[in-house]
This record gives sequence, structure tokens and C-alpha cells, in this order.
Amino acid sequence: MGRYPAGSPGWRDKVTGQANYGADFSLPGMITGRVLRSPHAHARIVSIDTTEAGKLAGVRAVVTAADFPDLPSEVVAGGESPVNYRYISCNAIARDKVLYEGHAVAAVAAISAGVAEQALKLIRVEYEVLPHVIDVRDAMRDDAPLLHDNLYTEGVDPKPTKPSNIAKRTEFLLGDPAAGFAESEIILERSYTTQPVHQGYIEPHACVASVAADGMTTVWSSSQGQFMVREFCAKLLKIADSDIRVLPAEIGGGFGGKTTVYLEPLAIALSRKSGRPVKMVMSREEVFKASGPTSGGVLQVKLGARRDGTLVAAECELAYQAGAFPGSPAIPGCMTAFACYDIPNARTVGYDVVSNRPKCAAYRAPGAPMAAFAVESALDELALELGMDPVELRLKNAAKEGTRALYGPKMPVIGFVETLEAARAHAHYNTPLKANQGRGIASGFWFNIGGQSSAAVHINEDGTAEVVTGNPDIGGSRASMAIMAAEVLGIDYAKVKPLIGDTASVGYCFLTGGSRVTFATGKAVVEAANDVVQQLRARAAKIWKCEVDEVIWKDGVAHPAQGQTDTRTQLSLAEIAASAARTGGPISGKASLNVGGAGPGFGTHLCDVEVDPETGRVTVLRYTVIQDVGRAIHPGYVEGQMQGGAAQGIGWALNEEYVYDDQGRLQNSGFLDYRMPVASDLPMIDAVLVEVPNPAHPFGVRGVGEVPIVPPLAAVANAVARASGVRVNDLPISPPRLLAALMK
Amino acid sequence: MSKHHISTTINGEPVEFLCDTAQTLLDVLRDELGLTGSKEGCGSGDCGACSVLVEGRLVCACLVLAAEVDRCAVETIEGVAQGNALHPLQQVFLNEAALQCGICTPGIIVAAKALLEKNPDPDEEEIRFWLAGNLCRCTGYDKIVRAVQQAALVMRSA
Amino acid sequence: MVEVDADTCQALIERMDERFPGFADAIATGVAVAIDGQIYPDPLQQDLRPDSEVCFLPALEGG
Repeated sequence: MGRYPAGSPGWRDKVTGQANYGADFSLPGMITGRVLRSPHAHARIVSIDTTEAGKLAGVRAVVTAADFPDLPSEVVAGGESPVNYRYISCNAIARDKVLYEGHAVAAVAAISAGVAEQALKLIRVEYEVLPHVIDVRDAMRDDAPLLHDNLYTEGVDPKPTKPSNIAKRTEFLLGDPAAGFAESEIILERSYTTQPVHQGYIEPHACVASVAADGMTTVWSSSQGQFMVREFCAKLLKIADSDIRVLPAEIGGGFGGKTTVYLEPLAIALSRKSGRPVKMVMSREEVFKASGPTSGGVLQVKLGARRDGTLVAAECELAYQAGAFPGSPAIPGCMTAFACYDIPNARTVGYDVVSNRPKCAAYRAPGAPMAAFAVESALDELALELGMDPVELRLKNAAKEGTRALYGPKMPVIGFVETLEAARAHAHYNTPLKANQGRGIASGFWFNIGGQSSAAVHINEDGTAEVVTGNPDIGGSRASMAIMAAEVLGIDYAKVKPLIGDTASVGYCFLTGGSRVTFATGKAVVEAANDVVQQLRARAAKIWKCEVDEVIWKDGVAHPAQGQTDTRTQLSLAEIAASAARTGGPISGKASLNVGGAGPGFGTHLCDVEVDPETGRVTVLRYTVIQDVGRAIHPGYVEGQMQGGAAQGIGWALNEEYVYDDQGRLQNSGFLDYRMPVASDLPMIDAVLVEVPNPAHPFGVRGVGEVPIVPPLAAVANAVARASGVRVNDLPISPPRLLAALMK
Repeated sequence: MSKHHISTTINGEPVEFLCDTAQTLLDVLRDELGLTGSKEGCGSGDCGACSVLVEGRLVCACLVLAAEVDRCAVETIEGVAQGNALHPLQQVFLNEAALQCGICTPGIIVAAKALLEKNPDPDEEEIRFWLAGNLCRCTGYDKIVRAVQQAALVMRSA
Repeated sequence: MVEVDADTCQALIERMDERFPGFADAIATGVAVAIDGQIYPDPLQQDLRPDSEVCFLPALEGG
């Protein structure tokens, strides 16, 4: 365990170009779908006339919202957490109103992309353009244009009688913040803003849907969960779960943005109507305009401390943009804001606010990076005011096992302190800095989740094995499944092949997301493998004509228990497998669990930057990611998660943002102007794995994928502040913004 | 308008195809020739996922019209391995976990191979600037750069 | 903080609903439970020890 197996099954296809992603599938008779999208940020749909489009030679089907069930607006327990399917449906295809530029209004399937695009031009839509609102502060005003006239703010007392763009207010409270501030010796109060950013996966959304004459629907889709695709499409189109089978393609990045459906319901409806398989792929422009970028937000943070650096009180109020329908990550933002610290009096208040932008989807530790940006920046200023080393300030207040979290429970076994100590001891921390250079430190937290997972382990006649699970593998998790199964079975990793099954081939698995696959699906794999081991012992007992408790399984071999003195010898897994037909039949193990006990993760990042005072350009010189990873099953892939998350956070801090014109239209819907980090923007990123095992997992696994995007926003901002002497509290700290701040 | 009849060599094999004026080389590779290893990430030449070589020159296939490659030699990711034998770059990328989702990997391998053919011993800065046209969102580029350095070493020692 | 006599989470929810009518409905969807610091997505399935500390919190997701 912990070694680097060279590549894993399916991985090899990624370096040869043979791996099949969503857009790489073809079926005989397949036609192409395209989507007509709103040019307006906010408008009523007065009428849609698709007659001419439908008559164009080569067009096989046209759909609008009229082709989809009109679902009630209600919150339903969907898979893991509550879902309002009406929102998902109206987001996939607009009903009555368009709520953002790019909102889907109709879709066409035709014999070629060219014909489909021509057909789109023939669809006549009459819009009544309405005033729009995008900025979250503007959207919260009493006189703001309303997106939904039946949306009333939840979580306020008395219940409001007027509709609002504020979908929900949530509050978390611990102790008595007012009293805490009253006894503070120093109080710091600051405001921050962040802009909406996109997950930035290089693979646009893509799928192929085929509805057979008997109504059986098959979908190939690159998503973060084939079971989620099945569930959402089943609900949106009123199909039985068993009438739809979703096969997971390889996925070219998700980061949370592919945890919902956009094209799949449209492709299914078009396939139904046309009787042909339909392929749909988003263009890059469509990805930016019509998938699920995360919220921009405004945050206020207030910290109260004693002169010795002990935090006594803390408050954070945040408002996040949800986009067109409610569902921003305001609640996890509130829950994570102060989670790194032991603060006896704290309050967080979060507002979920709709505005005329695409409906936000999850983005790696949703809600946490923005909150951490605010809190960790404020802490940095506090450290400067107190003349305290920023790592020491954090150590003084660090959450430990037993610390009461603001969101309720006490922390279980965690490794936050260890990451701070590792930061202090790291060579990076003591590297000398030159003029215009500065060092920033920031920490961050994410819960990580468990959830429903299924696994099956099949033993083949020759003693090799398959491990089948239902989680798309974005980061190398399939290798970890094989490693864990091999460890339990006691055989060589090379003999175990991991496979990712479709919705008909393996039990239900919740999404790939929430940093849960190696943890929760790994736990199901371990249980399934243990089930196999019990069966192998039983077979050996049958062969030896003894009791099962007299058989020990060790290193892939059945041994008679100690104390037995007769002529029994060992039996290897391969030998038992070869005789399985004579001892009871095929040997397969399975497990289906709803896994709890996910270990929370903490990270501390060090960032050195150099600021060019003439241009405002920030260069990242050095970056170190330190994280409590529980137990690294495959260290290479764990490091990869840490480096990748850090890179996204650096982009979020320095360059990435959605730029709108005064009509609410996106100005930078391509990679040239939506500027993500490229290879020449970044240095090597040192990844330090701190291992404090999670006692709730058989191998000590903690989720690792999301934590690394939480600290970088403040790590970079703090470094810039220390390098330039000027603090910018509005992200991104792009050259024009920094230059303006420097000139002031 | 009638289609163009194009004769080309792809990965050393003679290939003929018909295409519309507006079709890009990427469209033809993926939709007509079944060579889906080159990926479309943006369609505007900004992400490099469709990197191929045309007459030995590294280009984005989405920015080349299919008709332009008449009587030209085209090399794609599918031609990098020799049968079942992986190119050192491919093997090192696997060994060093230099890919996660893998969507950028074909473009990066084609681009890196072109670099190493031009300069068998590039330093870190040269590698980073050469690959600046290949976006990766998963890895932060660290393991990719190290893999290119490692592959270069392997190739120089061969 | 409230003290309740229950040996399973299901029983605890029923007792809480008796004391605070509407409680069961309020936590029916979108709520996870933390028992002695470990978070479980399915409250109704969990057993409790005599001195367990139980918190209800919003269901967690991820990206």
C-alpha cells in the first residue's frame, strides 16, 4: 500500500487517445442535436414557433418545454440531498421565462450539425425583455427585478408576504458573540467580494441518447454520476428508473460541474421524437454560458481577539449568487467559515440569492473557498496588527479533536495542527524573500462526505479478480479500488482489475464528488472483498472437511488454524478458484452501504509571489500544499489532487471571473479571456502529505480532492498584500485591480 | 457546393477523404475518420487539446481547415505509440501520475513529443512555455513538466 | 442542548417530535446526523450509546 503501480486499467487508453469520452461515441443512424439559447439575460417567452424549423430538410425532431412534463416545485429527497426537479427541468429548457443569457429555449436534432444550426435560425421566439440583475447586492434590494414571483425568503420570521430574490437565510450560532466582542481587546471588521468562476473542465458536456422502439432508453454520458443522470432524467421525463440505462463515458474533468444534467434530458426527448440516437455536445461558449459556474459573493467578517492572539468571537455574513434558481452553497460557506478554529462565540449568516446568471452547480468544496478567502485574509491582517507570526496565530486557535464546530458536532480525529507544524518546519517557510516579494499563508477545511456506494468483487477461475463499482473515475480512484481489494484478498495488485459499471450492472452509487470515492466506495470495496474472503475460507473448510473458524486467510492463502496437526496444506486463492464449481459454485462478493464517518480534511498552503509595481502583474514564485490526507492509498494521485486544486485556487485568486456587459451578456466566454492558469504561470507545486488516519475507514482514508481549493485564494491574496503593502479584498487580483489599488 | 477530395498521409498511412469547405481538420479526424484521440476543448485554438502535427509543425487541428492538408503529412496522438509499444512519453506519463482525467493528455503528448524532437534537453522554463498552449485543469502542470523531463532523460539515454 | 432518553436515532427523533411538534417533518429531508462527532447521511439507521452526543445538521454535498 502506498506504492506507485504504474498506470491502471483504462488509464493506458488515456495516453494513446483510445479512451472514450462523452463526445467520442458513435452509433449507427446517429443524428446531431443543437440548442437554441436565449440572447437575453431576463425575458418572458411570449411565443415559440418551431414550424419552419421542423420542415427544414434533414431535421428529424424539435423540442421545447412543451415536450417535457410540467413538474411541481417541491423539494424531494434525491439520492443524497434535497432536489427541486422543477428547477432542474426549467434550467434544462426554459418554461415561461428565460433567466440568463444562454438559457436553453428549444432543441433540434438533424442529420448534421450544419442542418441543425440552420434549423435553430428558423425557430421564431418572441421575447418580452425584462430588466435584469446580476450583482448579488443589487439582487437583494427591495426594488430589484424579480426572477420568480413565487419565491419567498425561507428562514425569516415572520414569513414574508412579498416575493424576493433572496431564496433563503440561514444562521449558525455558537455561544454569545456580542459578549465575546465586548470582552475582545482587538476587533477587526472587513468586507470582501468574489466573482463567479467556472470549474473550467477542458471537456465540454457531451452525451448520446437512444430511445428504442420499446421505450428502453440508453444514455452514454460523461458525468460525475451515471446514477444521478438516470435519476434526474427519469424524473424530468417521467420514465421508470428501470427503463433507462446510463453508461459512464470517461470524463474530462468535472470538479462538481458535472453533478447535474443539461443535455441528457434534451437528447432523450429528441431521440424519442425522432426515433434515432441523438448526440449532443456543448461548445465552449455554451459551457461558459449555460452550465453551472459557481457563485460570486459578498462577505463581511468580524474577528474579536485578545492581545495574545486568542480568538474570542467571530462573525461572518455572506451572500452568494445562486444564478437563475435557488441553490447557492451559502450553507456550506457558513459551516466552513470558522471550522479551522476553536472559537467559543461565533455566528455565521448566509443568504442564497438568485440573479440572472446560469444556475450554479457545485465547484470543489462548494461555498468554502470564498468564505475561507474572507476569514483567512482577516486573520492575516489580525496577525500583522498583533505582530504575530501567522502560523503561530493559527496554532494558537487551531481546532483539534473534540473542538466544538459552529455547525454542531465536536471534531473527530483530525490533522490540522499537524499541517501547521509541517508548514512552519518546511524549507519554503524560511526561504529568503527579495524586494516586491511576499509570503502568504492560509488554511482551509472541508467535511468530505460518505454516502451510498456499492461494489462487487468477482473471482475468476484462474484466481484473478474484478472489482466493479459505479463511480466515474476522474482522478485515479479506480486504481485505489484495485489496491484496496488486492490488499484484502492478499493477492498481487496486477491480478485485480477495476471496472466502472453502468446503472444496470452494479448497485447504486452516489456521485463521484464530495471527495467520497476512495473513502466510501473504497469501504464498499473492502466489505465486498471481505465477503469474498469469508467465502474462500468456507470453501477451504469444505475441502479440508473442517469448521470455517479453523481456517485463517493470510496473504492470499488459506491456512489451517494453529494447533491443527493433521496433513492439511495451504490453499491459494487461485487453487480455491479453480475448484469453485465443485465446492459450491462461482465466488462473488458484494456490498451496498450508506457510509458515514467521513473524516474532515484540513490544509495549510504557503505561497510566495512577486508583484510588478508597474503593471500590477503577480507572479507565483513558490507554492506548497500541506494537507492531512488520512492515508494515501496512491500517493501520486493524492499529490495530483492537491496540486490541481491549488492551481484552480490560484486562478480564482488572480485572473478568473465572469465579465458581463450592461445587458447581462457574458463578454468572456472563451479560454482566451476567461484566463485559467497555463503551464508558464505556475511553479512546481510541492505537495506535503500529512497522514493522520481516519479511524472510521478500514485503511484510514480521508477524502482529499476538495480541501486543496479552499486555502489558495487567501494564500495568494495574503502574499500579494505582503509583497505590495496594499491589501485587495476583491477577487480576482488581476493586474488592473492591483494597479488601481497601488496607485491609490 | 460539392465536397473537396483530399489526399493526405495520417500517421504514415495514405488516407483520402471528402470534406466541406468549412470543416476543420479536427472535425474530419473525429467525425469522418474515427480518430477521436484529438479532442475539442474550445474550438478556438486556446486549449491545445486538438494538437496535431501538419508537415512536422505543431498546430491546433481546430484552426486548420481540412482542405488545407491536401498532400500533407498529418501526425496525431494515434500515431505516437508504435503498435503496442508506448512512446517513452506515454509510459512516463503513466508511471508518474502525470494525468488525471486525461482529456488534455493527447494534446500534451503530441506537443511534448514535438518539443523533444526539436530540443532533447529542455529546461523547466522551456517546457512550461512550450506547453503554455495546452490547458490542463486537473494537475496544476507539476507532474506533467516532471514527466517531460523524465521522458527526455529516458530518450537521451536510449 | 437537550437531553433525551433513546437508544436509536429513530427513537430520538420520535421523542423530540413529541416535545417539539413538527421536529420530525423539519428534519425529514436534507438533514444528516452527527453522533459523537461522526457524520452519517442516514439518521434513521443509527444506534446510540447511553451518553451519545447527537447533532442534526444540513446534509453535506460536495463538488
